[in-house]
Amino acid sequence: MIDGLQTWWLMPLVAGLLLAVSAGPLGSFVVWRRMAFFGDTLAHGALLGITFGVLTDLDPTLALVVGSASLALILLPLQLASRLSADTLLGIVSHGTLAIGLVALSLADGIRVDLMGYLFGDLLAINEGHVYWLLGSTAITLTLVLCFWNSLLAVTVSPELARIEGRPVMLLDLMLILLLAMTVALAMKVVGILLISALLIMPPAAAHALSKGPRQMAAIASVVGIVSVLLGMWASFRWDTPAGPSIVVTAMLLFVVSLTFRRKR
Amino acid sequence: MSKEPILRADNLSLTFGQKKVLDQISLDIQPRQIITLIGPNGCGKSTLTKVLLGLVRPDSGKIIRSRQLRIGYMPQNLPLDQRMPLNVDEFLRLTRRSTRAAVDHWLERLNITSLKDQSVHDLSGGEWQRVLLARALLVEPELLVLDEPVQGVDVQGQLELYQLIPQLRDELGCAVLMISHDLHLVMSATDEVICLNGHVCCSGHPETVSADPAYLELFGRRLDDGIAYYTHHHDHEHCDHDHSSAHTSTGHHHD
Repeated sequence: MIDGLQTWWLMPLVAGLLLAVSAGPLGSFVVWRRMAFFGDTLAHGALLGITFGVLTDLDPTLALVVGSASLALILLPLQLASRLSADTLLGIVSHGTLAIGLVALSLADGIRVDLMGYLFGDLLAINEGHVYWLLGSTAITLTLVLCFWNSLLAVTVSPELARIEGRPVMLLDLMLILLLAMTVALAMKVVGILLISALLIMPPAAAHALSKGPRQMAAIASVVGIVSVLLGMWASFRWDTPAGPSIVVTAMLLFVVSLTFRRKR
Repeated sequence: MSKEPILRADNLSLTFGQKKVLDQISLDIQPRQIITLIGPNGCGKSTLTKVLLGLVRPDSGKIIRSRQLRIGYMPQNLPLDQRMPLNVDEFLRLTRRSTRAAVDHWLERLNITSLKDQSVHDLSGGEWQRVLLARALLVEPELLVLDEPVQGVDVQGQLELYQLIPQLRDELGCAVLMISHDLHLVMSATDEVICLNGHVCCSGHPETVSADPAYLELFGRRLDDGIAYYTHHHDHEHCDHDHSSAHTSTGHHHD
């Protein structure tokens, strides 16, 4: 019986923790570059990926990642070329793709998709395959972010100076948004489309008050994420609340606590 | 004396909407030469700089640079996101291929070693400008491009900085392109002045340009403004010498 108990909470827990670790540095870049809405848009667009996956019988996780990544690839040049302000463009694409995804899913006859699971997350339904995906994506994210840390930071601080100094600004931007797209797509099962941004933004926001440098902020953000997942899941079991939202509520409480630290300094 | 220029701009033109911002601009930058771009607000100085730096594409014309030209750029301003905790040392280490020793060297050379561990968000305009200059110098530039700071730097600080430029040119052996709206601030430091107002109005030695009819037409009246501006602009924060008696009559009316 204990064995049975272990297996059903182990996978969700590992998935949550992996996500928290890569969301720390990625979320920090999202905060520094004011890309919160961009992350949201990727999440909404990923729903189109699900529809696509359902229609083509593709592995749903792969479909999610492909959907979100292709949206990222379309958005990058669109943002440069468009005369609309960035947030207007993102607003159109974000809600447009969400609506198209919902409409297309309802048209896909005879196929039942757990829509609520995607919108609000279904952490407890996470299986081993999903964890392998997260393991791979976290490994890739951490490796690339650590290897290119200085370049990514330089481009974030000033794309202009980075370009004059000869850094490959476009490639670095591309790398960052593809990592973001992958993480957002895989985070969907954990916290759901509607709460993904929270997982990216709240831990770095909480870490900000405690950190003296960008490296430290990214690391502390990961720790805050891990604590949020642990406490959130514990609360979810304890009071039988939905896991994803419980994690986000915990992260928000940690952020509020961090505000008191700021005042002390 | 005419060597191969390290950067040559040939007939650059650029239009934003209806407005012709750059009109057939040609210029050469020779090695070790100090050139100043001067012109009123909105004359296209900053745009031309961005085109020369390769950040903005011109509609027509071309830019020929010597191979692998290393450019150090001190921007007008560099607003940083408050949410990134960053100190001066970390900011400078972001310069591509910078080393610990080089960062320490330029901090020392520009007298800002004391700022090393300070947050970049807590610096005054003048301090931040020096940090930005350090960043530009860390590139080991063959061409140093200095855009005029838009705010927060008093004229005294600017003068000190401009006095530093010829020394830095000699230390690095680099060419310098400065952008200014006031010829008198940069006159002594510069070899050649290019007076810009969409097109090149006149160019040459600073003494020649300051007597040129085209220059006088653009700047004739501004000259007086410039001097008035100067006496009023001593900033309490950065002034370390006592000038109270000399200035009480003109008054510290600002702010």
